[in-house]
Amino acid sequence: MFTLSALSNLSRPVSIIGGIIVFSYVAIISAPVFAEPTTPGPIVASPSADRQAIRAHYERRFPGIPVEAHKDGAYAIDKKAGEQWLELEDFPPYEIAVDEGEDLFNTPIGDGTYSDCFGDGAVKGQYPYFDEDRSEVVTLELAINDCRSKFGQPTLDYKGAEIVRLSAYIAFVSRDQIINVAEPSSQAALLAYNDGKRFYSSRRGQLNFACSSCHVQLAGNRLRAEKLSASVGHVTHFPVYRLKWQDVGSLHRRFARCNQQVGAEPFARQSPEYRNLEYFLTYISNGLPLNGPAIRK
Amino acid sequence: MKSRPNLLITCVALMAAAITPVLGDTPKSVAAPSDLERGKAIAFNRNKGNCLACHAIDGGELPGNSGPPLLQMALRFPDRAVLRAQIWDATVRNPNTVMPPYGKHKILNNDELDLVVDYLLSL
Ligand code: HEC
Ligand code: HEC
Repeated sequence: MFTLSALSNLSRPVSIIGGIIVFSYVAIISAPVFAEPTTPGPIVASPSADRQAIRAHYERRFPGIPVEAHKDGAYAIDKKAGEQWLELEDFPPYEIAVDEGEDLFNTPIGDGTYSDCFGDGAVKGQYPYFDEDRSEVVTLELAINDCRSKFGQPTLDYKGAEIVRLSAYIAFVSRDQIINVAEPSSQAALLAYNDGKRFYSSRRGQLNFACSSCHVQLAGNRLRAEKLSASVGHVTHFPVYRLKWQDVGSLHRRFARCNQQVGAEPFARQSPEYRNLEYFLTYISNGLPLNGPAIRK
Repeated sequence: MKSRPNLLITCVALMAAAITPVLGDTPKSVAAPSDLERGKAIAFNRNKGNCLACHAIDGGELPGNSGPPLLQMALRFPDRAVLRAQIWDATVRNPNTVMPPYGKHKILNNDELDLVVDYLLSL
């Protein structure tokens, strides 16, 4: 059974004016960027045009909030929640994961070490990228497992604790790098990018939502008490420590949650679908700084 | 041991609930108050209508703000069928809408949908 409750499963008690139905009804723009086309037509816009269009969309929607501020997700647009969130940063719950990740990073893998592949670990800004030889999107998680394979070690389960800790450490030492995914130039790279873009704007599940319904069309609106964050900035801070998970979790875990909450089947972590989605989302976030790991509700 | 009296209270409460509509006031709308309550419950239930995710409705807590507040429905929807169609599949009127197609995607069944429509018309 699917549930609609996911739409509001994170609601916190906030003060509301009891009984009085006076509030801001944020109108839905009629021709939203990346809104689901009624019939899937050819995608014509270039990636750089996409990026400019979506930045302009958020600038219009959030006057006075620079696009870069969306690296803090919903907290960039929800002042009150942002204050509570900053307090959490005093004792960041992801610190243990970062420490454990550091230990793992420095543990030899067969005849090699992670340093042989990633130097000091400050490499997050290089991922994801489209690998022309393999003709697929390579994410940091994929590269971690490639590194292990290179030294004859078994790959890590993408759902397991180890890989997310390693990536938490790598995210931590890569802080402040600026996202700069190369413009998809080859035909194959463009296909992967457009696949991610189409995924983002396709309606799914019983509730019939696209990612863009919530994070583009409705960005800044509340679903019950929850403010919806902007897509630009979604990739800056993963893995994330979610209070709800009581643990750090990967970007693809979050994708899966957002798929499930509209009653759609999630895809496997590191599936081509989610890697292409990550490629698209990261490209449109070019120019934003990396600030992971972060805390989210 | 403890469960017995609780069970009893539950039974009495359920019976009372079943009788109340019979003894209740004459309703404003054509639907019986018990039906209006059921419609309201379906609309508010997070696992059913969850309309509050997007709409403010009188008496509903923590409403979202993606859709217009649902009030004066009978005035705004003199034709019941138009209101029902909006909830059945909002994309017919607006292909870009974010409102889920409750009937078309079987989020609510026909009876539940009718109960919600009746409830809305009482607002
Ligand atoms: C029905 C609404 C809805 C849909 C559809 C939806 N999301 Fe979300 N998403 C949320 C909510 C609510 C949150 C938590 C609040 C926030 O950060 O926006 C969230 C959070 C996220 C986050 C974490 C943001 C952060 O700052 O850490 C990511 C990433 C994300 N969504 C991606 C997606 C993707 C990709 C899709 C489509 C596969 C999608 N979402 C579809 C409602 C939705
Ligand atoms: C995710 C958001 C969302 C949810 C959940 C939702 N709606 Fe809506 N609803 C909207 C939006 C947005 C509109 C504005 C019209 C449009 O988008 O076409 C709307 C419009 C309406 C209208 C027309 C109002 C008018 O004055 O024209 C009615 C009636 C309505 N909704 C009823 C409901 C009911 C009943 C439920 C629950 C069973 C519900 N909605 C759930 C988003 C939502």
